[in-house]
Amino acid sequence: MTPRRNTFVMIAVVLVCMTSLAIVASAAEKPQSSGSGRVPMPVISPGQGDSCVEDTDFMRRNHMLVLKHQRDQTMHEGIRSKKYSLKECVTCHAVPGPDSRPVTTSSPQHFCRSCHDYAAVSIDCFQCHASRPDPDVLPSGHAPSSTSPDGPVAEGIE
Amino acid sequence: MSRKTDNTQTQESPDFDPQRRSFLGAMATAAGLTLAPGVILYSITKSQPTEARELYAAVSSDVRWGMLIDLGRCESGCDDCVSACAKENGLRGHGRPTTDAQWIRKVDIKDPQTGNSKSLPMLCQHCENPPCVDVCPTGASFKRADGIVLVDKHTCIGCRYCMMACPYKARSFVHEVLEDQKSFAPRGKGTVESCTLCVHRIDSDRLPACVEACSDTGGGAMLFGDLNNPDSEISKRVAKYASQQIRADLGLKPGIRYRNL
Repeated sequence: MTPRRNTFVMIAVVLVCMTSLAIVASAAEKPQSSGSGRVPMPVISPGQGDSCVEDTDFMRRNHMLVLKHQRDQTMHEGIRSKKYSLKECVTCHAVPGPDSRPVTTSSPQHFCRSCHDYAAVSIDCFQCHASRPDPDVLPSGHAPSSTSPDGPVAEGIE
Repeated sequence: MSRKTDNTQTQESPDFDPQRRSFLGAMATAAGLTLAPGVILYSITKSQPTEARELYAAVSSDVRWGMLIDLGRCESGCDDCVSACAKENGLRGHGRPTTDAQWIRKVDIKDPQTGNSKSLPMLCQHCENPPCVDVCPTGASFKRADGIVLVDKHTCIGCRYCMMACPYKARSFVHEVLEDQKSFAPRGKGTVESCTLCVHRIDSDRLPACVEACSDTGGGAMLFGDLNNPDSEISKRVAKYASQQIRADLGLKPGIRYRNL
């Protein structure tokens, strides 16, 4: 065997190895969530009711602004309207968890977390705020469950 | 010219004049109408604290929330107000009594000269001139228009100046990462907190949890209401009976008053 032929064989072996490695790697990178392709897409839970409080396009760009505005109004002026309340977002977009209660932000399935992970934007709302509805509060428009563990259903209190 | 004088003249008049009578009647109606708007305005002002605010209306300084605590009815061993507060606001201890959050606590006091002892609940006194607000470097500590002193945790940096400034030791600092807070009582590590007078309940026309528990299972010592409304039960009682503010000498004008102290 000439040295030249030896080099060709070596190159062929290296190429085969690299191709097989790439195939294995692409299989491992397959997204766990919905969507095809290599980019893992967020899992967006649809929420209750027919539509959100604003158009999807508006909410995608401006949800943080309306939330912040509402936050200052509620904190300082006691205005507890529901339309742009974080609590309503969390209640309406609750994702059911394995223990029959909605998941918290510790789960990647959580509505807010799912998208924020995808966009690589960290939020600190849930360091203080509850990331799932209170056990005795059901989303607006839902009939109260007769087997509520924590007593009577609160009457739409913010 | 009063209506009474007019009526007297009509009765005494020997010759009956229907035109004059109808004129006087119209005058009387006009007087009544003029009076009515005043009455209505007055009744709106009076009823505001007990009736729900408009959804988009801000709280107003027409209301001054306060509490009158009758120590004659406050038993030494009873801590129903403390446990109700913890349950309502999701306060859980971490086995560290020196730093665990305390929004309300029971304090037993004794006069060493006479031996007379009392037990009192100590909570944020919701001062009219709150020193915690004065010292806050970020404006997180603030007083709402209706007199409730709160911490805006969005702007609190956890410096704890307010804890130093408060003469009542009413504030706590959250040292631990918290989970599963109540949705109406957001709390988190690195911020200062204190009694909110159950502001979420007040905004929906309910009583603070401690007051409710005290009247349900305790001695009924706590009375909550609007100190600005002369017709409220609390205003009548503070007008009738002597009551004290703790450390009144500091001039902070607390909204919490004590009776039989």
